[in-house]
Amino acid sequence: MTTTTVARKRPKHLDLPKISLPLPAKVSILHRVSGALLFLALPVLIYQLDQSLDSDAGYAAAAAFFGLPLVKLAVLLLVWSYSHHFCAGIRYLLLDLHIGLDRVPARQSAAVVFAVSLLLTAIVGVKLW
Amino acid sequence: MNRIVTGAHYGLKDWLLQRLTATVMLVFTLVAVVRIAGAEPGYAGWAGVFAPDWMRAALFVFLLSVLYHAWIGVRDIYMDYIQPVGIRLTLHTLTVLALIAYAGWVIELVWSH
Repeated sequence: MTTTTVARKRPKHLDLPKISLPLPAKVSILHRVSGALLFLALPVLIYQLDQSLDSDAGYAAAAAFFGLPLVKLAVLLLVWSYSHHFCAGIRYLLLDLHIGLDRVPARQSAAVVFAVSLLLTAIVGVKLW
Repeated sequence: MNRIVTGAHYGLKDWLLQRLTATVMLVFTLVAVVRIAGAEPGYAGWAGVFAPDWMRAALFVFLLSVLYHAWIGVRDIYMDYIQPVGIRLTLHTLTVLALIAYAGWVIELVWSH
């Protein structure tokens, strides 16, 4: 049958660097990546929140921890994660309400998610250093 | 029906709770950012942000929302990428235990300071 030969000859193109995903797909996978990062950071964040609220000394210890250069970099990554997850999440809530489902607005809102989350990260980055 | 041993309820409940907890976190984040931005620097100001009873309650609901939201999200990641049932069940178990431990910690954190 022609259909089977056609099916067999379908090209496989899984050269990942050559696959260019549309912006909404990038928002989607980064929504997942940022969520996973935030999940992994949870114990440290809860510990530091607990410590910082506990006492004057605990607050100073938390402040010292967040002053470490490597920790600052990690915080910046987590700030981006939270911002991206936050903005992309709002976008998904709107999509659930059937707002912006068409291709053009969906791509525009994906661009807004990237722009806003990177801007927020940059603002926090400036404040951190 | 062919159900997977380490899946979940496959239904509206998780979908809805993922969005409900997201909305809770969204509102709390905005309130917290405004309060933190307006606080005096130092321990007194920081502790003051979370001192009122309503803020403790809000922080508590926020943190529990974070944990439940994280459970659904992480479970979805396992279901997509971890195919061997034994490994997936192990990861599910460890994640649930960790999140329950965090929940206990959060209760202590919110009401003790």
